[in-house]
Amino acid sequence: MSTQTSFLLPEEDFEVRSLDAMCINESQEQLPWYHNFKYAVVGVVFGIAFVKTEIISWFRMQEMFRFQSFHMYGVISTGVVIGALSVWLIKKFQVKTMHGEPIQFHAKKLNRGQVIGGLMFGFGWAMTGACPGPLFAILGTGVLPILIVIASALAGTWVYGAVRERLPH
Amino acid sequence: MIQTLSQPWPWWAGGIIIGLTVPALLLLGNRHFGISGNLRHICAAVFPSNIRFFKYDWRKESWNLFFAGGIMLGAAIAATLLADPNPVRVAPELAAELQTYGISNYDSQLPPEIFSWDSLFTLRGFVLLVVGGFLVGFGTRYAGGCTSGHSIMGLSSLQLPSLVATICFMAGGILMANFILPYILRL
Repeated sequence: MSTQTSFLLPEEDFEVRSLDAMCINESQEQLPWYHNFKYAVVGVVFGIAFVKTEIISWFRMQEMFRFQSFHMYGVISTGVVIGALSVWLIKKFQVKTMHGEPIQFHAKKLNRGQVIGGLMFGFGWAMTGACPGPLFAILGTGVLPILIVIASALAGTWVYGAVRERLPH
Repeated sequence: MIQTLSQPWPWWAGGIIIGLTVPALLLLGNRHFGISGNLRHICAAVFPSNIRFFKYDWRKESWNLFFAGGIMLGAAIAATLLADPNPVRVAPELAAELQTYGISNYDSQLPPEIFSWDSLFTLRGFVLLVVGGFLVGFGTRYAGGCTSGHSIMGLSSLQLPSLVATICFMAGGILMANFILPYILRL
């Protein structure tokens, strides 16, 4: 039955955000491509903070997982508090985007992937000392051997895509 | 000013900027903060190989690739204009442990004993970089997000699945760093 359509249906995708968000925001399509540069500007500020707060540091991750430093716990918890406060304010005052669209939130579905995949990512995070954000930042700082990790992460993503229908979710 | 900014920033400065990224992306265009999806978009754009998971219009998610490009540019600015000439400060207990594995270079935020082309051809380097990288890619997609999408964006919007994912990220990292990594680092 599922083989009749070759395109991935939104309800088959456990990442509700990535596929639903783009189906709903039809008006976004009318914006010319260069509007994406505003996201690049946010990325620049974010990238500077990643490097200067040492979130890209393999050493800081080792300290975090060994409970030898408060640093990363401070970074993550401050981020969550500020983020949660912002989301609460946006919901409370029904703030719209700069283009006048309502801001939407999509409920994620609980599934076994968050546990099994979460543990797998945790292993990889402690080994490489990098989550996906820092991977891009480390490449930006000119540490070219990180390309090995990025290529391996792409391979991991691709293999997941190839076998996902046989995995428990 | 530049001199102050060149010092390592305190945890709260990074936390505030990361936290503010959430409303910034929402206000600019209803975008939900997340980074690991880019790995999927690159697969979808470059080698979809007729796999259904990669059959979607990745161009509509291209904002995320611009965001990642911005991160690279920002990191390049931080590493050049705001470079800190001092060695990285590390907890003394960690330095003592790493010493026993032959890791003692603190010139940059990544130890060159692991992050170098030569290291790739050692068993230790191969396991850390290739196997570790594979687990990052496979695990984040299986979990449906990484530290950004789940631990920051998901927790900020009070999603239970993101709390489960974050607990598992931390549990996996703590298990690996304390019980498995010591054996890998001795290889």
